[in-house]
Amino acid sequence: MAVPTGTTSGAPARPAAGDNDPGRGSREVSENRRRFGLSSRRAWLFVVPTLAVLAVVIGYPVIRAVVMSFQKDAGLDPSTGMFVEGGWAGFTNYTHWILQQCTSPSGVAVACPPGTLGSQFWSAVGNTAFFTVVTVGLEVAIGLWMAIIMGKTFKGRALLRAAVLIPWAIPTAVTAKLWYFIFAYDGIANRLLGTEILWTSDAWPARFAVIISDVWKTTPFMALLILAGLQMIPQDVYEAARVDGASAWQRFRQITLPLVKPALMVAILFRTMDALRMYDLPAILTGGNPATTTVSILVVDQVRQGFNSASALSTITFLLIFAVAFVLVKFLGANAVETQEAQRKGPKS
Amino acid sequence: MVQISRAVRRAAVFATAASLVTLTACSSDSGSDSTSENLDGRGPITYVEGKDTTETGVVRQIIDAWNAEHPDEQVTFKEQSNDADQAHDDLVQHLQAKQSDYDVVALDVPWTAEFAAKGWLQPLTGEFAVDNTGILPATVDSATYNGTQYAAPKNTNGGLLYYRSDLLPAAPKTWAELAAACEVAKTNNIDCYAGQFAPYEGLTVNTAEVINAYGGSFVGEDGKTPTVDSPEARAGLQVLVDNFKNGDIPAQDTTFKEPESQKAFEDGKALFLRNWPYVYGTADKDSSAVKGKFAVAPLPGKDGIGASTLGGYNAAISAYSENKATARDFLTFLQGEQAQRIIAMGSLPPVRAALYDDPEIIAAYPFMPTLKVSIENAVPRPVTPFYPAVSKAVQDNAYAAIKGEKSVDQAITDMQSGIQSAGS
Amino acid sequence: MTHRAPELELPSRPVRRNRPKRFAFKNSRIYIGVAIILVWGLAPFYWMMVTAFRDPDYTFDTTPWPTHVTLENFQNALSTSSGNNFTRAVVNSMIIGGITTVVALAVGIFTAYALARIEFRFKYVVVGIVLGASMFPVVALVTPLFQLFTNIGWIGTYQAMIIPNISFVLPLTIYTLTSFFKELPWELEEAARIDGASRGQAFRLVMLPLAAPALFTTAILAFIATVNEYLLASQLSSDATEPVTVAIARFSGNDPHVVPYAAIMAAGTIVTIPLVIMVLLFQRRIVSGLTAGGVKS
Repeated sequence: MAVPTGTTSGAPARPAAGDNDPGRGSREVSENRRRFGLSSRRAWLFVVPTLAVLAVVIGYPVIRAVVMSFQKDAGLDPSTGMFVEGGWAGFTNYTHWILQQCTSPSGVAVACPPGTLGSQFWSAVGNTAFFTVVTVGLEVAIGLWMAIIMGKTFKGRALLRAAVLIPWAIPTAVTAKLWYFIFAYDGIANRLLGTEILWTSDAWPARFAVIISDVWKTTPFMALLILAGLQMIPQDVYEAARVDGASAWQRFRQITLPLVKPALMVAILFRTMDALRMYDLPAILTGGNPATTTVSILVVDQVRQGFNSASALSTITFLLIFAVAFVLVKFLGANAVETQEAQRKGPKS
Repeated sequence: MVQISRAVRRAAVFATAASLVTLTACSSDSGSDSTSENLDGRGPITYVEGKDTTETGVVRQIIDAWNAEHPDEQVTFKEQSNDADQAHDDLVQHLQAKQSDYDVVALDVPWTAEFAAKGWLQPLTGEFAVDNTGILPATVDSATYNGTQYAAPKNTNGGLLYYRSDLLPAAPKTWAELAAACEVAKTNNIDCYAGQFAPYEGLTVNTAEVINAYGGSFVGEDGKTPTVDSPEARAGLQVLVDNFKNGDIPAQDTTFKEPESQKAFEDGKALFLRNWPYVYGTADKDSSAVKGKFAVAPLPGKDGIGASTLGGYNAAISAYSENKATARDFLTFLQGEQAQRIIAMGSLPPVRAALYDDPEIIAAYPFMPTLKVSIENAVPRPVTPFYPAVSKAVQDNAYAAIKGEKSVDQAITDMQSGIQSAGS
Repeated sequence: MTHRAPELELPSRPVRRNRPKRFAFKNSRIYIGVAIILVWGLAPFYWMMVTAFRDPDYTFDTTPWPTHVTLENFQNALSTSSGNNFTRAVVNSMIIGGITTVVALAVGIFTAYALARIEFRFKYVVVGIVLGASMFPVVALVTPLFQLFTNIGWIGTYQAMIIPNISFVLPLTIYTLTSFFKELPWELEEAARIDGASRGQAFRLVMLPLAAPALFTTAILAFIATVNEYLLASQLSSDATEPVTVAIARFSGNDPHVVPYAAIMAAGTIVTIPLVIMVLLFQRRIVSGLTAGGVKS
């Protein structure tokens, strides 16, 4: 039983994600202008405020951070006991993190000993990746289910939607303390389960604690975005499918999922980028536990020890997140920007 | 049309780039020696400290007392966050930016060396020297870096051993005696020892106390050479590890910070508690199960009294202050009898030794004599400008050792190389 | 995708007759789902409230209902005696959140329109920049921004927090709106223009209302994200302008080592109330549909 995946009648399916129309040049631009009377200049006018704000708030600190990442942190001058400027570092700040190399007093590069931040880089990357995959996966599944329920008609819908948002609305500092409470050795979690798990100090329980509290807090975010996407699907599509005998699962798979995909992909993209920068929950809930140290926690700790090295680590984090986002946009279709023009290849109906 | 849009675009890009480069350049400053400026400045100053948590509002009382006497040199209190890390970062931001809005800053004891080495503090030498007579020596040590005193101790703190006086006639004086006393805990079906062993600064404190008690140390005089690789330090860490292994220190202590350990003791679930003096007041409340059934003693050591870690705050003058003469006088005032008495009555341990024998204060806070013994035997946390990194090296390796993931030998060796790495 | 029903190609099959029974079962399935969601969202929140109403000396009790009930925690949280002013912090958060949301939406709508509707060179660079702004760890931005705002004297002002927050929520706003604008039936805009409306009018009066779910969803998410922001606010605000996240961090007990859990839970409860009210007010707009026919809401 074939149910088309939501295209207009007479128009072909939209191109696979990442497929950019080649040959877009001045012909397209003038076509633009003919059709809509909208020039590129108008587009830039609309876009400049955003770029201005981002340039000041994000661009300037980022450039400064990158510049500083090539400087050494201040070292101690043995004669005076005072800190003096470190001078040019080249790439040593980066090798410190990626290759986990520290300098011994004799100037030789050695592996960073345990107990230093440098030795934790790769395990932090692993922890962060693990958290991201698990939390985003769970949040997508649960959020999708929640969004479907929230979109249905029943009494008390309004209250349900407000209730769902509560976890997202409570300030993170309070949420973290709340879950710290719940997961204390003699807290309510152990009480309800009848166990004596050391939630914050053992490795895997700590990871579960972080995942549970993060999923609790952030699923509403996903659910809300997906719900907005679901709202754009007209009911008559479902009606037609039901009349034709499609089961609930078929309707879900072949109507809901494809049509909600844009909203879903936006949600996944942003949740992933946020999860890769996860800081508050693991820091407050299980701070210091090497099993739950994320890359952002390393950055914050390093800022206290030496800002230039922290800048290098921030830049590395940025590049990692950029790579992940690139994959998501290019290969999984999280590309929000193809216009309808690019999708219409056939005659307009 | 197209040319105009291209020109507009180019102009926008150029403007953005130019402004970014300018901003970046503007933010770098030329350095000048600020410690020789404004030495005679007098006028209003700002005093910066983390949240005043005393019930009597100690800081405000002191400032009001000063302001009454000095109408032209009023002190304003800038109260920071309760969280030590945030207070630290706030100070770093302002001092790094060489701002003159903070005149006298209260530094948590381990920060003194770091701020001194960054040149942000006015050395208390020459006309800025403070009179240390009558001040507890260990606190002055904590305010000294590289042979120079950089801050004036304002209040201090020491660890105490709380114990159930209804179950034990007297407190153990050594760790060996404590281990023997754990039998009592077992017969009464409670845990033996509650301390702070979660992976945070408190773990450094608890570990340092035991290692120092056994004769070990962490860094040398220069603040960067590691000295922890010694049989004494190994012996000290071994005590902790053994106690965890045989359950005298229960496994859940690795999730304990001060509040959790305090609760374990106050619920009657632990025979011993290592904590700060504030627990004396909370354990005596009606909600506490051990009300009236506990007493305090100095921490246990190797053959005698142990080495408590020093807590507390040192007051220092910012190198960028514009009214340093006023600031210096305020430091003297903070250490004077009047201010120190206000501090003591707010249940903060003062640095003036005589007040520990003062009858009025002992009547209000019966633990004072014990605390005095504790502080007289106290050892500051490693005095090093790389304190965060050193603390992390100690914490991470101690944590691995007490969780059984590393041998004591390996942990100490790694601590040594970690501290080594911190200083380079 | 437009709002016209697609043509289905299905082999003919008799319509199932057991519809009524299935319908009833589906209803109860919905209610079970609703119950699960409510427990999910509210159980920890309930625990938070129980702790908030419990005497602070008994904070760590684990009975499921408040024992030793007291309003003391709320009084502590709201008291102004030791230099806290939590009510003012709540007001600050609302102001900062509100202005940030409105401005970010305004700027975002324009940018999203350009990205969704206009072809221009370097469009993908713009998208990259917008996305890239979400990729840098916030902690590395704090020190440079602190120094920048100190130099221009903006520390402790509202704009010092509003402008960075705008740039934090802009990426999500723009990306979401772009993706929704892409899905809208733009023929309606053209139809309106043919009828004589200007482009701006056509957009404002015809298309924007159709995007209402996206607009209000993004607004709510942006507002909550701004109210939740801590790191920048802690460095850039002053006592008079600090938002709730900073105010809560400054709560303390009788000793630096005492964490005032109960007061923090009380503060959290207080903060959640305006947010819940806001959501209740706007939730209908989240789901008002562009459904062109047969709407059951």
